[in-house]
Amino acid sequence: MSGGHSTYTPKTGIERWIDARMPLPRLVYDSFVAFPVPRNLNYAYTFGGILAIMLVVQIITGVVLVMHYASDTSLAFVSVEKIMRDVNWGWLLRYMHANGASFFFIAVYLHIFRGLYYGSYKAPRELLWILGCIIYLLMMATGFMGYVLPWGQMSGWGATVITGFFTAIPLVGTWLQQLLLGGFSVDNPTLTHFFSLHYLLPFVIAGVVVLHVWALHVVGQTNPTGIEIKSKTDTLPFTPYATVKDAFGMIVFLAVFAYFIFYIPNYLGHPDNYTQFNSLKTPAHIVPEWYFLPFYAILRAITFNIGPIDSKLGGVLAMFGAIAVLFFVPWLDTSKVRSAVYRPWYKLFFWIFGINAVFLGWLGSKPAEGWYIPAMQASTLYYFAFFLVIMPLLGLFETPKQLPNSITEAVLAKNKGAHAHPAGATAAPETKG
Amino acid sequence: MKKVLHGLAALSFLFAGSTAFAQEATHAANHEAEPTHFPIKAPREQSWSFAGPFGTYDKAQLQRGLKVYKEVCSACHSMHLVPFRMLEELGYNEAQVKAFAAEYTVQDGPNDDGEMFDRPGKPSDYFPSPFPNDQAAAAANGGAAPPDMSLLAKARGVTRGFPQFVVDIFTQYAEGGPDYIYSLLTGYDQTPPEGMEIAEGTHYNPYFINGKSLAMAPPLSDGQVTYDDGSPQTVDQYAHDIAAFLMWAAEPHMEERKQTGFSVMTFLLLFGVLVYLTKRKVWSNVEH
Ligand code: HEC
Ligand code: HEM
Repeated sequence: MSGGHSTYTPKTGIERWIDARMPLPRLVYDSFVAFPVPRNLNYAYTFGGILAIMLVVQIITGVVLVMHYASDTSLAFVSVEKIMRDVNWGWLLRYMHANGASFFFIAVYLHIFRGLYYGSYKAPRELLWILGCIIYLLMMATGFMGYVLPWGQMSGWGATVITGFFTAIPLVGTWLQQLLLGGFSVDNPTLTHFFSLHYLLPFVIAGVVVLHVWALHVVGQTNPTGIEIKSKTDTLPFTPYATVKDAFGMIVFLAVFAYFIFYIPNYLGHPDNYTQFNSLKTPAHIVPEWYFLPFYAILRAITFNIGPIDSKLGGVLAMFGAIAVLFFVPWLDTSKVRSAVYRPWYKLFFWIFGINAVFLGWLGSKPAEGWYIPAMQASTLYYFAFFLVIMPLLGLFETPKQLPNSITEAVLAKNKGAHAHPAGATAAPETKG
Repeated sequence: MKKVLHGLAALSFLFAGSTAFAQEATHAANHEAEPTHFPIKAPREQSWSFAGPFGTYDKAQLQRGLKVYKEVCSACHSMHLVPFRMLEELGYNEAQVKAFAAEYTVQDGPNDDGEMFDRPGKPSDYFPSPFPNDQAAAAANGGAAPPDMSLLAKARGVTRGFPQFVVDIFTQYAEGGPDYIYSLLTGYDQTPPEGMEIAEGTHYNPYFINGKSLAMAPPLSDGQVTYDDGSPQTVDQYAHDIAAFLMWAAEPHMEERKQTGFSVMTFLLLFGVLVYLTKRKVWSNVEH
């Protein structure tokens, strides 16, 4: 919280006793009850809470899956099928975990886009943003390694292609690839390596999430106006206001999640993964999970050599660069104004960026042939131009709209006519209505 | 080993360039006669009793499908993830399943003398495979091993393309597998376009996902399997029944899944409404 003092008062003897020794209840109270949040947060701000829930869902279903899973190439595929067929509610666990990974990514993408739209990465939230980027990177590693565990055709071939990227790195590439694989090709050591790391990384993510939330509670949340909190009337206490709004957002999100689990559980998966991995039989098209597709398109967009960099290394650099660039966004955006609400041009380029990202994802599922190649190249160009050219230049040339003086003023202007009184969190019940 | 590795690496990275190249080469050489994208024809969508949010398996149909599997497909295709005990879900009682299992011979052992021995199947046994291993299966079938059938209905799905794949979310289309199997089994009667070359020992089928022809000869013919419930004994009916049966074999808990889904969705909806009303109430005294 932004420099506020703790308002926690232990009520019972036990609470006082604990508070004097390890003030955990105080921490929870200050972080999730009294924590002041801007009063004008919209539903785009509920994805943080949703992400926390998804991490918990993945960890719980994952831990139970491990009780029945066998990380051996001769058993892995069948053990997952036994989970689906013989373990009580095993089909539910497995479908929750597999679709849960996808919904985790849906939530993280919306969360990131929220940040890009409202300029959440700007000072003093650079570290908060970078911690978020680290979580995203760890999620990608976890998702990729998890996808290998059921040991289907896409598991094995996806791992072959993706670890193959590393060989493009000069000098250490091949060594690195073999270290990951535990050998020369995808085989039993690969599976055991990935299984171990797939179990480990979610807990690393949980650790970084703690740092992320800590940083958040130091600088406070942004809000759609992008103006910092100035007075008490700008904020509401987290509970009940944000709690109940987050709860509603979560239920809607979980309803969509449940729709996929119960009615179209294999929609987001690949049919080939229901065939056991066979290192002698290459599938017609090797495609990664949907959440990697934009990067897969960027990888394959580089079909030409750039000086000493051949197209293969170029593709790998572009792909990693596409993620790396996110880390520098706080310094690439030169605008003094935070929120896209007051930046007409940025808003336009932002939405083009969003559409372009979805289009890149679609291209990623297509073979690199015909018109898809120039489309991938054009789309990749815009992706990088958005961060490296548009962001720095717009800040210098764009004329932002008139900013309100405070969050309260913005809220009042929006609601003008409806109710005229700036009732705060402490408003008496008789004023509602 | 190194060579294989380099080959693999080259394969995975350069396929961007090479497919584009191969694509153009084949395009230049011939147009319609030699297609480059498979399947040549999209599967024909059928109506299935198990489709949709309230879909259930038609037990009579599954029993007929089991008969087709037992009398025809099991000569070549294994189904090693399905135990006999699961057949109770098709409406058979314990005694019937026991009798069904006992018709098969399974190898067991070693016994106290260290010998393997044959005995009649038990409900806890799995469907025995027709071939001892993949190599034997391939050798007996012109080089192509017949795939295991336990998951076949989920392991095949023809890409639907934009915008169909978006529509599929709302229509809950999840029957790509059975549609594919049905279309494949009934798709042998078509003649290849003039000029198309069909490899020796393979059979043209425009619905095959991996090429223009496959190693499996048309496995079904009218009247081949005798039905005792009066259903038509046609290839079309057989194909529907075996496809439905394979969907069940691949997804035996589908009914339970959809029923649970209904309770969960109803709960989330009601809970959602309550929380929404609470939220309105809580926020009604503040401007936001
Ligand atoms: C004489 C042996 C034989 C019989 C009997 C047989 N099949 Fe096959 N089947 C094969 C072979 C061989 C293949 C592999 C074809 C290939 O990959 O070229 C195959 C492949 C298939 C495929 C997969 C095609 C694909 O997409 O890869 C399906 C589906 C199939 N069979 C269904 C059936 C059904 C249903 C029956 C019973 C009505 C049946 N088969 C009976 C030999 C047989
Ligand atoms: C960050 C959270 C996590 C993500 C994004 C994730 C992602 C995935 C994915 C994509 C799969 C493949 C699913 C499939 O197609 O079948 C998978 C499988 C698996 N995961 Fe996770 N996972 C996470 C956490 C965990 C945890 C914490 C554990 C164990 C403690 C775990 C254990 C497993 C097991 C045993 C499998 C194999 C079974 C299966 O394929 O369904 N996961 N995971």
